Order: sequence, then structure tokens, then C-alpha cells
Amino acid sequence: MEGNIAEMGQFIGAGLACIGMGGAGIGVGHVAGNFLSGALRNPAAAGEQTATLFIGIAFAEALGIFSFLVALLLMFAV
Amino acid sequence: MAEPAQEGSGFNIHPMDQFVVKPLFGDGPISWYTPTNATMWMALTVLAITLVLVVGSRGRALVPSRGQSMAEMLYGFTRKMVEDVAGKEGLKYFPYVLTLFTFILFANLLALIPTSFSVTSHIAVTAVLALAVFFTVTAIGFVKHGAAFLGLFWVTSAPLPLRPVLAVIEIISYFVRPVSHSIRLAGNLMAGHAVLKVFAGFAGALGAGAVLPIVAITAIYGLELLVACIQAYVFAILTVVYLNDALHPSH
Repeated sequence: MEGNIAEMGQFIGAGLACIGMGGAGIGVGHVAGNFLSGALRNPAAAGEQTATLFIGIAFAEALGIFSFLVALLLMFAV
Repeated sequence: MAEPAQEGSGFNIHPMDQFVVKPLFGDGPISWYTPTNATMWMALTVLAITLVLVVGSRGRALVPSRGQSMAEMLYGFTRKMVEDVAGKEGLKYFPYVLTLFTFILFANLLALIPTSFSVTSHIAVTAVLALAVFFTVTAIGFVKHGAAFLGLFWVTSAPLPLRPVLAVIEIISYFVRPVSHSIRLAGNLMAGHAVLKVFAGFAGALGAGAVLPIVAITAIYGLELLVACIQAYVFAILTVVYLNDALHPSH
């Protein structure tokens, strides 16, 4: 059990950064779930809105990717 | 830096080793003209697109063959996407969107071939694509509307005291676009391929009895196939959304 304290900080920081991905998971689930409940109420209008669905998912997911990037930067670049 | 894994546990696979850019011939220093594995896979991507689109549409049969139908679907799908989001005026820029979409789609799919190199998982590649979109769209906005393009940042539907605050937020979100546009694609691809390699490391460590990791790899591979298509679609559709903002800047 030896090593320097900065390295410990890197690993802890990378782990903490991964919490952000959970937020992205909640966001993507929220978008997809609401789309599904809307689509089941009015299936005729659902087809045209899939593009909006993917745009929404992409925006929600981007923030999770940012936190993943922070984790990667801490592990491999700092 | 992360330490290498414990010795003596099968063969060690570092999940990030697959992203190393190596020269194709010898191992000298890499300058801008050195042919690397990234160069090779980008060339293969362009070659694959050419094969599918040019050879596929060569026959021009009334009843399309399998290849022609694939090329037609790719073309028609992208064209419909541009028309739906950006309207008739957007169709002028359809070739650019088709180029981006097919390049990213084929690069993503070729990256899924085992031992291949994933071009789009490098931020250098996606950042250039996203910056090209950003500058093109901004130029189109200013050429089409002149100073009125700045109305994109001045939300006239909001109450007057709120507008300066919203303008700051809008300007920040406008300039973050190329960042999120590029990192979304690169991050998704890199994460997926790193996960595949991590599970490959488990399988390597367990040896012949590695049933569970191999099942997991198969499942994640299927997911990655989906991600490859969706991310190409998302990149293309965000390009069209940004283009639509430049063509119709009023809120």
C-alpha cells in the first residue's frame, strides 16, 4: 500500500466524475419515457417526432459524456 | 498515469491501447504527412462509401438490386431528414449533410471490425468536423441575413428586462455547440470501444472458461452497432438543426 497522494486524488476524482453519468442516465430515461407515454396516447403523431426524440436524447447525453471525459482526463491526461 | 495491470493474469489488454495513432511504415516520428493507421482507415471509409454509393447506383435499374436499394435508402433518408428539419431552402446544403452522415456512419461501422482503428473516437477528427459545421453555419447565417442574424441571440418573445440575460445564455450556448457536437461523437465511440476492450481483458484473464465475458462482449457489440448508427444520425441531424437556425434565425 504505497503511492502518492496526488494519484489517490486522481482516482477518487475520476470516480466522483462518474456520478455525472448517472444524471445523464436519468435525463435520457426521462426523455425516452415521456416520448413513449406521449406516443402511446397518440401513435399517429409519434412517427414525425422521432427526430426530436433523438435530438433531446443527444442533448441530455452530452452532459454525461462531459463527465466521462473529465474522468478520462483525470485518469490519463493529468 | 494508471499503472499497468498485475502481471501473470493471462494477457494484459490496456483499454486505451487501441486508440494509439501509429505510423503505417516503420516507427519514426509522426508529422502531418506521415501515413498512419488513422489515414488508412479514413481512406478505407471513403472507399467503402464510394463502393456503396457509386457502384450501388451504377445500374439505375427500375427495380433496384440489393446494393442499389441500400444506396437509395441512404440518400432518401438523409434528404428527408434535411427537408423535414430545415425546409426546402435547406436542401441546397443537402450534399454536405450527406457527406458528413455517410462519412461518420461508415467510419463508426468500420471501427467495429475487430482490430480496426476507430477514427471517429479521436477528438481531433470530430473537432475538425464540428468546427467545419460551426463556421459554415455561421457564415451562411451572416451571408443570408447580414446583421439580422444576431437576432438569434436577442429573444424577442421574452420580456424586455430578461432579454440581455437570455442573450448571454444564448451566446454561450452558441459557442459551446462545436464542443458538445464533437465530444458527443468522440466520447460515445471512445467509451464504447474502451468498454469492449475492458471486457476483452476479462475474457483474456479468465482464459477458456470465459463464458460470461464473451456473452457480455456480444451484447455490448450489438449495443455499439446501435450507437454507431445513432451517433452518426445525431451528428447529422444536429448539423441540420444548426443550419435551420442559420436559415431561419427568428425564434
